[in-house]
This record gives sequence, structure tokens and C-alpha cells, in this order.
Amino acid sequence: MSRIESDRWTSLHAKAREIRRSILTMIHRARSGHPGGSLSAVEIVVALYYHLMRHDPKNPRWPQRDRFILSKGHCAPVLYAVLADCGYFPKEDLETFRRPGSHLQGHPAQHKTPGVEASTGTLGLGLSTGLGMALGAKLRGDSHDYYILCGDGEVQEGQVWEAAMFGHKYRLDNVIAFIDRNYLQTDGSTEQVMPLDPLRPKWEAFGWNTYEIDGHSFEQIIGTVRHAQLQRGRPAMIIARTTKGKGVSFMENEAGWHGTPPNSEQYERAMEELSRAV
Amino acid sequence: MQYKQTRQGYVDALIELARENPLVVVLDADVAKATRTCDFEKVFPERFFNCGVQEENMMSVAAGLALEGFIPFATTFGVFASCRAADQVRNSIAYPKLNVKIAATHCGISTGGDGASHQANEDIAIMRSFPNMTVLVPGDYEEARQATRAAAAYSGPVYLRLGRDTYPVVEQIHGPFEIGKAKQLAEGRDITIITTGIMVSEGLAAARLLGGEGISAELIHMPTLKPLDEEAIVDSARRTGAVVTAEEHSIIGGLGEAVAACLAERCPVPLRRVGVRDVFGESGMAQELLTLYGLRASHIAAAARELLKGRSNALGRTA
Ligand SMILES: Cc1ncc(C[n+]2csc(CCOP(=O)(O)OP(=O)(O)O)c2C)c(N)n1
Ligand SMILES: [Mg+2]
Repeated sequence: MSRIESDRWTSLHAKAREIRRSILTMIHRARSGHPGGSLSAVEIVVALYYHLMRHDPKNPRWPQRDRFILSKGHCAPVLYAVLADCGYFPKEDLETFRRPGSHLQGHPAQHKTPGVEASTGTLGLGLSTGLGMALGAKLRGDSHDYYILCGDGEVQEGQVWEAAMFGHKYRLDNVIAFIDRNYLQTDGSTEQVMPLDPLRPKWEAFGWNTYEIDGHSFEQIIGTVRHAQLQRGRPAMIIARTTKGKGVSFMENEAGWHGTPPNSEQYERAMEELSRAV
Repeated sequence: MQYKQTRQGYVDALIELARENPLVVVLDADVAKATRTCDFEKVFPERFFNCGVQEENMMSVAAGLALEGFIPFATTFGVFASCRAADQVRNSIAYPKLNVKIAATHCGISTGGDGASHQANEDIAIMRSFPNMTVLVPGDYEEARQATRAAAAYSGPVYLRLGRDTYPVVEQIHGPFEIGKAKQLAEGRDITIITTGIMVSEGLAAARLLGGEGISAELIHMPTLKPLDEEAIVDSARRTGAVVTAEEHSIIGGLGEAVAACLAERCPVPLRRVGVRDVFGESGMAQELLTLYGLRASHIAAAARELLKGRSNALGRTA
């Protein structure tokens, strides 16, 4: 690895830690929200907004921008933290998360928040919406990309597999989707609630360019997206193995932290852990 | 005042029912911790089926279980039961009139922080419109428990509407529960207030407010929205001549419109509907949202005063 690359990873890691702190602060202050899946997706969202995507926070509707769709909308805090940090809206707005009158709703609302590309929250809709957008871009002859993040529990929804067929049929190679494969959903382990494995051959069988990576490794996320971008004729699905609650020791791999806010003592502990150097 | 969850009333009844009847089975769609069917799972793990995040599949599977003679309680949030799986409910369950019970928690604006995507304010409208569907909207923990038992005793599809928050326990509604029967909670001469679901406590408070002003309000609570107790509505409207409805639901397609249609056909009197006024909700605390969206006793009382003012003006003109 070159020196420049290793510096790059260091700065992305620092950014990821900052975003994690912001997520916890938002959820703690609102006394509601979903920490587990927000924390597991941090590296993916950070790699996209700070490295891979072409976008302009000062011009959120710039037609040539790459688009990101958070299909697992309950993890809005990770998206809001990144959008605020990028400058789509003032960071103080994060204090209004889940409050009446706020543009930062419990689940992403496209018509309310600058930088939010699609309204989600009902699981299973975002992949289809993203495919429709990607189809529109193809029709117009645009060359930007569409990044879509699904939860692993989410892909139990039948609509996701309808979308899988659609993406293949229309050869939407401007789509790079992720599954945040943290092996947990609301009621526990995905493999107990509704088994998904073997997941990779399913997506392969549906005709997607499929990868399986470490979803906390910037090197693997970025390298895989770069590889996927070179493949023509098929959409890409990156199954990103992650740890739900990543970065906070007592939240890691605990289903109970799916939709529970930390109390003040837990919040202090989490913030303390996240302030230590990596 | 004591506060309890209606969803807990549902699950407590399920556990009783399962002890009495081996045909009772429960399905959930990865929200068992939120709907509280996780408590049922602990007692009857072999009669609990977690479908994962698959509401549509769950509804048709429930239909299949009913065809095999079981009494399935398919449980998820109200938005997903009524909107996501609407086709499955309509065609797999309602059309063949199968014995499936659909239990929907997290209904209404008081779902709170999750915001508009999760606040079912249209579910009653959707479910009422399906032929063969019975719609129950209990007002508190105990009534939810009774309604669940009544749903199990009845043969046919039932939609049971429950909330997320804790809601006031209302002793006055704890009499025997009968599907299709309204409960008269107070007699009055000047106006009829009709509530459903958790709005019953606001209705009681509104009647007290109005009483303090010398307005005698009759209060009717309707835990069944379908079949509608038309006799109770018409009988009261004939005596008072004015009606206010109150529901934690859109003013479109819910209690208000059901009562309006009944009155228009059988006893036209002035009516005001208190409910969510054809808007999507937003994130917030349950209690503050009930206030923000105009679902308080003060709003019911204001609607009643407005109606009575209109009536005295009209009387003034004809006199
Ligand atoms: C259609 C639908 N059904 C149910 C829910 C409630 N719900 C919110 S998050 C969640 C579990 C999601 O698990 P997963 O996709 O694995 O997300 P993550 O682990 O990344 O948080 C459920 C069932 C929903 N939002 N939408
Ligand atoms: Mg998951």
C-alpha cells in the first residue's frame, strides 16, 4: 500500500469515528432511533460520500451527481450525520432529529431534507426506486451511478427479488447496491428469523455481479466499487459483512440495540470508547 | 390515571386463548419485540411463526393456516398490515372470508418518532372497505384484551387496531364486549360525542369540559367500526341533534365518515369530524403529536361549541 493510500485510510477512519459519535448523539438526544444498523453502515456511507461519489453539497440537485439511496431507512442517522458533515445543511439541525417540525424525520423524507434522494422507511422499496432512477438515467443517456444500501433483514421482502429480476433484465450497470450483512434484524439473528444464506449465490443466480467483502474495510469497499464500475451489462450487489453496533463494544452483535436509544450512562461510555484513537 | 399499552392487552389475551384452544397460532413479521408477540413466543414457541420482514407472505400463509382449520393471528404494524399487504388481505383473506385475525399495532399518529412512514392513519379506511372484514378499535388495555377474545370467538376475518404508546385505562368501557355494539358512557341532551379507540379518554374529558359550560354531552364509544352500530348512532342523534366524532385516524374513511354516511341516510344532523386532517404525520413524541394534530379533548369540545353555535344561529333565524 502506498503512503498516500494509507493516509487516505487514516483520514477515512477518523471520519468514520466522528460520524459514529454524531449518530449516537442524535439518537441519544431524540431518545429514539436505530443505533445498531446505523453504526454497521458507517464505513460504506463514509466511503461513498467522502471518496467514491461525485456530488456537490452546495448544489444538491446537480444533475450529474451520483445518487445514494438508503433503502434501510431506519438507519437515517448515518445518512443525516454524513449529509450534515458534508454541508448539505447545518450540523445544528441534527439536534432536531425526530422532533416535530424538523426536516430530519425518523425515516428519510426526500421532499424535506436536502441531499436525501428517496423517501424510505418501509423496507424493500429503495432498491426498486433506485432501479427506476437508474433506468431514467439510462434513458437520458446520463453516466452517473446509483448506490443503494439495503439491510440483510430487508432482503427478506419479496419486492427486493422482484427488483433483482428487473435490474438484470434492463442491464442496469449504473447500479451498485450493498447489503449490510450484519446477520441481525429486529427479532434476532437473520438465520433464525428467516434464513438468507447462502446469499451470494442467490444474487448470482438473479444475474447480478456479486461480491462479498468486509464492510468495515475502506480498502475493500472502494476497491470493489471500482471493480464493479468496470463491469458492463449487469448491476452489482456487494454483500458487505459487518458488525451491527460496530464501534461500541456493548452494542456490537447485540440485537437489542436495533432500535433502542442509549441512556445517558451508556451514551457517555459509548462516546468515551469512540474518542480513543484507533 | 393509569396508562397501559393496548398491544399488551392483545398479547396477554393471546396467551390465555392459546391455553384454551390448541388451534390458536400467531405469526409476526420481524417486529415481535415491538408488537409484543415475543411474550407469546416465550410461552408457546411451537405455535409462533416469525416470517421475517415479509408482511405479504405472512398474510397469505395465515390464509393457508385458516384453510387448514387453525385460527391464525397475523401481527405486524398497522401500515404494513393495511398498505403493504392490502392485496393479500383483500384477496387471500377477506374475499373467501377466512378465519384470519389481523392484529395491527403502531396505529395512528401516536406511533411517534418513526414518523409518517410508520404512522397508520389510513388503515381503518382501507380495512372497512373490504367486504367481510370486521374492524375492531379498542380504547385501552382491557378492551384490547376483550376485543382479542371476541375476535377469536367470531368466525371470519377481523382487523384489530392497536397502538404503540401507553394510553389511559378507562374503567367505564370495561363492561362486556360485543362485536358490533357501541357503549354509551354518558347521557346528554345537547350533543353526541362519538369516539373510537384511544380517543375515548379525550371524549370523556371533552364531555366534562362541556358540562362545566352547561352543555350536556352524550358520549358514545365505538370499539367496533364494522359492523357499525347504526342504531346507537341514530338513536342518540335523534335526541341531541348534533354529533362530533373523534378518532386517531384520517377524517377520510374512518369513524367520522362512517357516522356521516349513517346519519346522512337515516337522520341528517350537523356533524363535525375530529381526526387527522388529510395530512401525513411527522416525527415527535406520541403525546405532543396528539396535541399538534388536533386530537385532544379541547379540540373535541371546540368542535362541539362550533356546532352548537351554528345551531343556535339557525334557530335564531327560523324563530
Ligand atoms: C416493510 C417493513 N416491515 C417492517 C419494518 C420494521 N422494521 C424496521 S427495521 C427492521 C429490521 C431490519 O433489519 P435489517 O434490514 O437487517 O436492518 P439492520 O440490521 O441493518 O438495522 C424492521 C422489521 C419496516 N420498517 N418496513
Ligand atoms: Mg441486519
